[in-house]
Amino acid sequence: MTAAVPEDLLRELTPQVLGALVRRHGRFEGCEDAVQEAVLAAAVQWPDSGVPDNPRGWLLTVASRRLIDEIRSDHARRERESATAFEDAALEVAAGEAPGTDDTLVLLFLCCHPALTPASQTALTLRAVGGLTTAEIARAFLVPEPTMAARISRAKQRIRGAGSSFSLPVGAEREDRLRVVLHVLYLIFNEGYTASSGSELDRVDLAREAIRLARMVHAQLPADGEVTGLLALMLLTHARRAARATAGGDLVPLDEQDRARWDRRLIDEGTGLAKASLASPALGPYQLQAGIAATHADAASAEETDWRQVHALYLILERIAPNPMVSLNRAIALAEIEGPRAGLALLSTLDGDERMAGHHRLLSVRAHLLEKTGDPAGAYELYRSAAKATASLAEQRYLGSRASRVRPG
Amino acid sequence: MKFLIALHINPAVLDALTDAEKEALGAGHGQFIEALQASGELIVTQALADPSQAAVVSVRDGQPVVSDGPFLEAKEYLGGFYLIDCENKERAIELAARIPDAAIPGLGVEVRQVMFAAGPLEA
Repeated sequence: MTAAVPEDLLRELTPQVLGALVRRHGRFEGCEDAVQEAVLAAAVQWPDSGVPDNPRGWLLTVASRRLIDEIRSDHARRERESATAFEDAALEVAAGEAPGTDDTLVLLFLCCHPALTPASQTALTLRAVGGLTTAEIARAFLVPEPTMAARISRAKQRIRGAGSSFSLPVGAEREDRLRVVLHVLYLIFNEGYTASSGSELDRVDLAREAIRLARMVHAQLPADGEVTGLLALMLLTHARRAARATAGGDLVPLDEQDRARWDRRLIDEGTGLAKASLASPALGPYQLQAGIAATHADAASAEETDWRQVHALYLILERIAPNPMVSLNRAIALAEIEGPRAGLALLSTLDGDERMAGHHRLLSVRAHLLEKTGDPAGAYELYRSAAKATASLAEQRYLGSRASRVRPG
Repeated sequence: MKFLIALHINPAVLDALTDAEKEALGAGHGQFIEALQASGELIVTQALADPSQAAVVSVRDGQPVVSDGPFLEAKEYLGGFYLIDCENKERAIELAARIPDAAIPGLGVEVRQVMFAAGPLEA
C-alpha cells in the first residue's frame, strides 16, 4: 500500500532537523549531508511505510545515524573512543530535542554567508533550507548535477573556512546579513522568471519556492518592513504570471496584459502586505517596489494606472537606492504624466552611465518613447539594437516584432 | 549566466609551437578544467576533430547534399569550446583569460553569452 506523503512536509522539516543537528554538533558541512540523506531515505520509505507519527524525530534519528557513520569513518583509525562518545550524544539529541525550535533564520544567515558568491548562496539555500535535492536544483538552473554538486560542496567548504558560528548575528551585522538573505530570495524568485520554459514538467517552480521561503522568513520577522515588502513584491509579481506570456511563449508587456487573468487572491494578499510594510518607519527598496506593483495591481486597465503615485514611489526609490534602472523606470512613469519628450529628457541623463551603455532596456524604452513622439525611423533602429543586446529569446522576439511594426516603408 | 567560450585555432600557429610549449598548453587546459569543475562553473567542454573531417549538410529540392567541410573558408577554425555557468560577463572574461590559448598570438578565445528562453521581470 502506498500512502501519500503530504506535499512540502519533508521540505518544511529539512531546516528544522538540520538546525537541531548543527546546533548540537557544529559541523554544518557533515550535518547538511546527513540531513540530505535522511530526507532522501524518507522520500523512498514513507510512501510505502506511511508517514511516521513523529516525522521530525524520524528524520533527526536517521540523520544522526548518518552523521555518526560519517564521523566513525573519519575517526576509524585514530579516535575510536570519541566516536562512541559522539554516538551517544547524537542519539540523545535525536530523542530529547524539543520540537518546534525554529532555526530557519539562523540557517538562512549561514547559507547566505557573505564569503559566498550569489550563485553559491542560492544553491545552498535551496538545498539546506528549501530541502531540494542537488538534482532538483541542478535541473532548475539547467546545469548538470555534478556542476551543482561541486558548487554546493565548495560553498560548504567556504563556510567552514570562514569559521562561522551557528547563531544569529547581532546589531548592524544582522541588518547587513538580512539584506543578503532577502537578495538571495529575490534572485531565486527571478530565476523562476528568467529560466528556460522548455521542459518545465520536471523542474521545481523556483518562483513558488522563493515565495515559500519568504513566507518562512516573514513568519519569523513579521515586523520587518523589508521582509514584508519582499514577500508582497513576489506575490504581486507572481499574480501576473498567467498574463505575462502568450500560449506561444511571447512576452506580453504590462500595458497589454489581460488583467482579468491576474490572480486576485495573490493580489489581495500582496496589496495588504505592501500597505502594511509601507507604514513602517524606514522604507527600503522592496517596500517601494511592492508599493509600485500594488499601484499597478490596483488599476483595472493600463490607462487607469495612477502614474503620479508610481512616479512618486520611483522618486523615493531613486533617492534611497540610486540605480540607473530605477531612473529608467521613473522615465516611463514620467512619460505617462508629462509626455514622451519629458521621459526622453530623463533618459538622456543616463547616457553617461557605464552600467547602462548599450543596455537593451535603455534602448527599448527610448525606442518606445520615440515611437510615441512620432519618430518611427528612430524607433525602428533602436528596437533593432535592443533586440541584438538582450540575452532573452522571448524579449528578442518581442523587440523584433515592435521593430517590424514601426518599420519605415 | 551561461557562456560559451569558443577556442579558435590556427593550425599554423599550433604547429610552430615547441614540444614544451604544446605540453604547457595541454597542462594549462587540464588545470583550467580542474579549477572550473571544483568551483561548480563548468557545464561541459569538448575538443572538436579536425575540420578536414567535417561534413556540410544541405537539403536541395528535398534531397540531402553532403559536401566536405569546413563551411567557413578561413585560416582559423573552431577547435573546441567550454560551456560555463558563472556569475556575470566579467567573471566569464576573467575565466577566459586563464585559458592558455589567450596568451598565444594567433589563437582566438571568444566569449559568447548563451540566450535564455523566457523574459526578465517586467517593471
